[in-house]
Amino acid sequence: MKDTLSVGAPVIEAKGLNLVFQTADGPVHALKDVNLTINAGEFVSFIGPSGCGKTTFLRAIAALEHPTAGTLTVNGITPDEARRKRAYGYVFQAAGLYPWRTIAGNIRLPLEIMGFSKPDQAERVARVLDLVELSGFANKFPWQLSGGMQQRASIARALAFDADILLMDEPFGALDEIVRDRLNEELLKLWARTGKTIGFVTHSIPEAVYLSTRIVVMSPRPGRITDIIDSPLPRDRPLDIRDSREFIEIAHRVREGLRAGHQDE
Amino acid sequence: MSDKPAHWTMETFATIQTMKFVAGAGVGVAAVAFADPGLAGILGFWVIACIINVWVVRFLGDFSHWLAPVLFGATVLLVWEMVVAVYAISPVILPAPSAIAAKIATSLPILWTDFAQTVLKGAIPGFLIGASAAFVTAILIDRSPFLQRGLLPIGNFVAALPIVGLAPILVMWFGFDWQSKAAVVVVMVFFPILVNLVAGLQASERMQADLMATWGASYWQALWKLRLPAAMPFFFNGLKIASTLALIGAIVAEFFGSPVYGMGFRISTEVGRLGLDMVWATIAVAALAGSALYGLITLIERGVTFWHPSQRH
Repeated sequence: MKDTLSVGAPVIEAKGLNLVFQTADGPVHALKDVNLTINAGEFVSFIGPSGCGKTTFLRAIAALEHPTAGTLTVNGITPDEARRKRAYGYVFQAAGLYPWRTIAGNIRLPLEIMGFSKPDQAERVARVLDLVELSGFANKFPWQLSGGMQQRASIARALAFDADILLMDEPFGALDEIVRDRLNEELLKLWARTGKTIGFVTHSIPEAVYLSTRIVVMSPRPGRITDIIDSPLPRDRPLDIRDSREFIEIAHRVREGLRAGHQDE
Repeated sequence: MSDKPAHWTMETFATIQTMKFVAGAGVGVAAVAFADPGLAGILGFWVIACIINVWVVRFLGDFSHWLAPVLFGATVLLVWEMVVAVYAISPVILPAPSAIAAKIATSLPILWTDFAQTVLKGAIPGFLIGASAAFVTAILIDRSPFLQRGLLPIGNFVAALPIVGLAPILVMWFGFDWQSKAAVVVVMVFFPILVNLVAGLQASERMQADLMATWGASYWQALWKLRLPAAMPFFFNGLKIASTLALIGAIVAEFFGSPVYGMGFRISTEVGRLGLDMVWATIAVAALAGSALYGLITLIERGVTFWHPSQRH
């Protein structure tokens, strides 16, 4: 009951979405007939092999790519308008922190660009640093931090301006298993505390199942959605839920979906 | 001494190497002594100085950072002095360092006037004007792909012009005084700075540009907060290359017309009068000025690009 109540109105709506890249080797059909609605407060993972269009779809939501056919709306407006209204924070696979700025300076950067007042900036930086447990590192430079800490700082940066949507493109892909587990746990806590809508691209089946309320399975050439799996797992998830029967069943279904997509070729 | 075996072995190894070097050099010097005692003396001194320097580097740690180059420089000067004295070399071919030093000491007012004319009025203003012009042009080029196609080839063309052809023309245009020298310097430093900065502005990662887009940053915000800072290591490379060119340009331009002072004027007239000690004195000033200019830029670079992997210590 709690789950259905906390999921709100549609935030991201894609209808008949197509995206074709013109390359030197001819057109590449990156997204074909994608239909998907993501509601407020959902945690949706996109999983699939390379070239399935999961990153392209996320980038299209963020207006970093432009669909060639179909409609895509974010909060009822076009992605470009949503971008200008700063509707989302985007986290990339690499932390992408600026080496000439301190951790606090990096988190302050989007706030400076968006014209927040100085006291507001300081207050927000302190709050998100605390949220990702990096409070003691405000004045360190990125290269003085481990990869996991850098990625936490980049998440803090995406959270600082309080966008309702968080788009994450394999944010933990370059980190080792142990760090990834801890960050996954922290991300779930953060999601529970902030109630944000999260779109999350991953290669990892356990990561997708552990984090998501819904898992979108995609398949390449052309990039398309082959299965959408609603997770019956409760919102509150300890790490050892991954040994439960439900978890293993969902993981199995995701794996089957990925395999089916592969056989279609 | 260290108690680590590996460290100890390395130092022992180094000591053995040094001893081998000493033994070999000793045999060599002894052999030369039969044929040419003077040369043997010079070589012997050189070998001893080398050994002292090796030991300084090995055992004086922090001191060696500045002591070793000073020792090396002093060694070179002393060997030079000895060679000139032992072989009685004509001062027209190669004056002794002591003679050059004496000339510098007695000609300070002239050297200062020349320095002020060539470096302070010619090279430095030309460098600053050229660097500013390159900076503005790089941003114009960055703004417009059309200019990128048009301006870069023109810059390339101007850079390919030989300075001995360009300098007389600019002297005709801007007169004999420092203005024409500054103009030559502007032309010489413009292109290396421009090319480096244009490359630097394209060096920021796609992902960081994407981040700027997701924050709704304007062109100028992205330029100021991301792309210019990211371009600074390239910019300073250009400045360092240009700093040596600036001095060359200012000196060589004076060969094609100048008032009766200036480092280029001094070199060309003193060569004619066989006053080679004055030529060497001027060269010494030029070397010092060039090193100082380069060092100053390096110092500023260290402050600005402290974050770059090449600057992190």
